[in-house]
Formats: sequence, C-alpha cells, structure tokens
Amino acid sequence: MRTNRFVPYLFLLPAVAVLALGLLVPLYNAVLLSFYDWNFGQPWSAARYLGTANFERLWNDPTVWRSVRTTFVFGFWVVTLEMLIGVGLALLLEKAVRGATFFRTLFVMPLMIAPVVVGLIWRYLLDARNGIVNYYLLQIGEAVPALQNLGFKSQAWLGDPTLAMVSIIVSDVWQWTPFVFMIVLAGLQGLPGDVMEAAYIDGANWWRMTWHVKLPMMRNILLIALLMRIIDVFRALEVIFIMTGGGPGSSTRVLSLTLFQTAFTSRDLGYASTIALLLSLILIVFSVVLLAFSNPLKDKADF
Amino acid sequence: MAGTLDHAVRGRHRRIPWDDVSRYAALVVLALITLAPIFVMFATSFKELVDIQARVPRWIFMPTLTNYETIITQYRFLPYLISSAVIGFGATGLTLLTAGMAAFALARMRFPGRGLIAHTTLIIRMIPPAVLAVTVIGFWIAWGIGDIIPGIRFTLPGGLGRGNFLDGSQVGLMLFYTALNLPFSIWLLFGFIRQIPVELEEAAIVDGANLLQVLFRVIFPLMGAGFAVSAIFTFRIAWNEFILALMLTNRFTKTLPVFAAEFIRDDGVQWGQMMAVGTLIVIPPMLITFFAAKQIIQGVSAGAVKG
Repeated sequence: MRTNRFVPYLFLLPAVAVLALGLLVPLYNAVLLSFYDWNFGQPWSAARYLGTANFERLWNDPTVWRSVRTTFVFGFWVVTLEMLIGVGLALLLEKAVRGATFFRTLFVMPLMIAPVVVGLIWRYLLDARNGIVNYYLLQIGEAVPALQNLGFKSQAWLGDPTLAMVSIIVSDVWQWTPFVFMIVLAGLQGLPGDVMEAAYIDGANWWRMTWHVKLPMMRNILLIALLMRIIDVFRALEVIFIMTGGGPGSSTRVLSLTLFQTAFTSRDLGYASTIALLLSLILIVFSVVLLAFSNPLKDKADF
Repeated sequence: MAGTLDHAVRGRHRRIPWDDVSRYAALVVLALITLAPIFVMFATSFKELVDIQARVPRWIFMPTLTNYETIITQYRFLPYLISSAVIGFGATGLTLLTAGMAAFALARMRFPGRGLIAHTTLIIRMIPPAVLAVTVIGFWIAWGIGDIIPGIRFTLPGGLGRGNFLDGSQVGLMLFYTALNLPFSIWLLFGFIRQIPVELEEAAIVDGANLLQVLFRVIFPLMGAGFAVSAIFTFRIAWNEFILALMLTNRFTKTLPVFAAEFIRDDGVQWGQMMAVGTLIVIPPMLITFFAAKQIIQGVSAGAVKG
C-alpha cells in the first residue's frame, strides 16, 4: 500500500509507546538499579552507586542459587507430569464423542481462574486441621490400616518441606494440564487425514500409529507446549505466594518469589533488580528458543 | 479425508461396545477432578462458620448469604469491584485499539524498522509481572507517579464504601496490563488482518477513504473474531493479576484478587468470606468460558499450532 512515509509510524505509535512505558522502561530500570544500593521507600537521591557489587553478590548468593534449584525441581515435576498426562489424555480422547464440546468447556475452566483464587482453594483443601483432603485420607487410613504407611493419614501438607513442594506441584498440575491437553488435541486434529489413512491401511495398530506416525508429526507442537510451560514455570509466583509464601523455611521459594521478597520484605530494590535481570535473561533465552519453533515471522517472506 | 478415517476407525471399534463407555467414564472422572475444587469454594462461600469448622466436611448444609453480606457491608467489596472492572475494561479497550492499529501497520505497510519492531515485541513478550513490579515500584513511589492523576473519588450510598475512578494507580495498571498483552494481541490480529483481501481496502481508497477510515470502517468491522480472542485474554490477565496490583494500588483502588488475599491474616484465615470473594472473582471468567470456549481454545492454540 502506498502511503506517506511517516504514516506507518503514526499507526504504530500508541502500541510502541505503551510497550516502551510498560516493558522497556522497567527493563531499563532493572539495568540501572542493579548498579545501585537503593531501598524501597527512599528518595532516589539516597541511592548509592555500587558498581558491579550487586552482580558479585548475586554470583555468590546461596539463597538465590538455592531458589533457582527449587524452581528447577518444581519445574521438572510440574512440566513432566503435565506433558505426560496432557499428551496421554489428548491421545485417548482424540476421537470426537457426543458432548465433547461440553467437556472441553469444563476443562478450560482452570485456565481462566485467577491464580490467587487457585492458591486460596488449594490452601483450603489442604488445610491441616479443617482440610477436606486430610479428612478423607484419615478416613481411608482408618478403614484400611495397611494404607496408613502409604500416607493415608492426616498430613501437615503446607507445613512440611517435601509435602509443601508436593502441594504446589499438585495445584499447578491441576491448573495447567488442560493447557497441554488442548494444544496437543488441536494438533492431533490438525494432522493430515490422508497420511493417517495411509498408515492405517498399511496395517499400523493404535500403538504404532501413535508412536511412529502421530507423535513424530507433532514434534513441533509438543516442543512448543513444553517450552511455553517451562516459561510459565519461571513466571509463576502467585499460587505459591498464597499457598506457602515460599515456606516452610525456603523449601518452596522459587526464583520469582526470592525476587519479590528481596524487593518488598528486605526492601532492597537494587539487589532485587539484579535478580530481576537474571530472571529476565532466563526467560528471554527460552523465548528465543521458542521463537525458533513458533515464529509468526518465519513463513512470511517479507520480514 | 478425516471423515473417511473416522468411518474406518469407528467401523473397527463397533465390535467393542466398551470403547465409548470407557471414554465417557474417563471424561466424567476428569470433569470431577477439574470441578471439585471449584465446587468446594462455591459451597464454602455459602456456609456458616460452624459448618466450615465442622470436623466432618458437611456436603449438606443450610446455605446462607452471611459471607456475601459481610464482604459487602463490612468491607469495601463494591468499590474494589468497580476498580477491577474499570481496570479490566480499560486495559482491554486500550489493547484492542493499539494492537489493532499496530497489526494493521505491520500487515499492510512497508517501512524501515518494521522487522526490528516485530522481533522486539516477540522477544520481550515473556517478561513476568514480578519483574515489572520490582523495577517500577521504587520510582513509582519516589516520584509520586501514582499521585499524578488525582482520580475521581466516589462514595457509595448506604455506607457501602468509597473508591476511586481512574487515579494514577489505575491508569498505571491499565498500562502494564496492556503492555503485557500487546505482543500476543498484535500477532494474533496480524494473522486475522492478513486473511482479509487487500482489494476491499483498495476499493475503499479509490472511493476516497483515508487510511484511518479504512482501518476503522473496513478492517475493524471484519475483525470481530480476532478482537474476541484478544479481548478474552487481555481481560483475563487484567481481572486476575495479583502481584502488580498488590504493589501499585492503594486502599481506594485495590482490585479483587488483592482484596481476596487480605483474608489471610496472622490470626487465621477467614475462609467463608474469602471463598465468597473468590467465587465472585471467578464468575465472570467462568461465564466467558461458557460462551466463548471455542475462542479460548483458538487463542491457546494460536501460539502453538498456527505459530
């Protein structure tokens, strides 16, 4: 389309202005503040230039690296379980049945609910004293005493380091498995029918169809779902904040929670910004990898 | 073609009547796992304190509206609801307008810097709200940015609380929620605009329309489906987000998620009232899901399948 050469920029101006103010200025702030010692609530004139001291501190800070490890542990279980369950369910329920739309609507629900509310619900379900989960575990354990050793008894779900990790994993799997399920299902339904038919005529059984035909053809979609989940794990904060606040001790303190607490509990905005840069860096790396598989610009010759 | 396969598969499975039965059984179990936690929240919000604290979970109880009454008359639920709605709709409107204009420019015009802008939006799209909160809040307070726009104070009749329309903290949140959604929305709408035949725009220009008229009169009316997906996802973030809202709002402009979290106190959790707020928070997204599940699935898979 032929236009005055300034016109495109006029159309882009509002979006670029919002992106600059809302995302680029904060990123710039993070870089700036990471060189300063500045506490939350102080005037900017009280900020003290530190050089690279914050980065050296980050490098040697066991708290930060422990929380990176916690994020990886949490992320490993969450992403593994969600991918296995999500892909499994999509394969089993691929065939359209009557009422499929209704069930799919139900499965979308958890994705739309506020993370804060998800955290509140699970905190209530897992409450040590009044929680429904404990009550029924206890009942089953009393009915079948042999099961008591397998954990069918009243547990301090959010008060024990291992169980607290299990709890946040369960809540995340509950909320996000439908996401993997829906992406994989959409992918399965988009597979070319003639290829499937050819494989079927060649005598491939369900197992061979799935393992040698469908999953290899879905490689890209599976990778994209995996990467999107990994990225979301690093962004996740709200549910854990509500359920455990990172505790007990630091057993569920993921990196984004360490970032938040450094800024608002320790009030150390300079150092928090250094951690924010680390988190942003991790996310940008994953985003670039994700772009390799899912890039709206890729098939457009004109970019 | 898919139909042919379906027939083949279906023909093969006719002999095993258990196939569909087990499929439905699996679906029902999954639906129960999905809905049970939400149902427990609904039920608890209608329970008296004695029913909540009973040792044996009570599935049958006398429902009461006490919790809802308390949050409305003794807390500022209504002003916070208004604040949430203003921020949610404001961010959604701003996103559709700015993303629509940007997508139009990227889809239909050639200009230097086009590739750079396109790639930047794609790389910064994953920045988490926690990073924004931490790096913005210091300047926000030190420079009094939240106070720049004074806001219109309102008082609800019947002692139902006081709140604010559009002060700096609300405008700030709208800005951040719009920024968080823009990359996704721009690329989603970009795909939709690309599907509209250019001839429509060329015809409009021949008829003497300028570019703004082409955008608002020709393109936007054809983009209902794209706008719907984009609006659902923007509203979802703006309505549900907690961390930025917790840091940036004041006692007049809190959003509902921030309000809900306040029922966790040092002296215990007010479960009944908290579940009432939680229930009211999830009702709009659940209604949207019922009416627009198709659009949501489309949006979720947009990033993955179409790319």
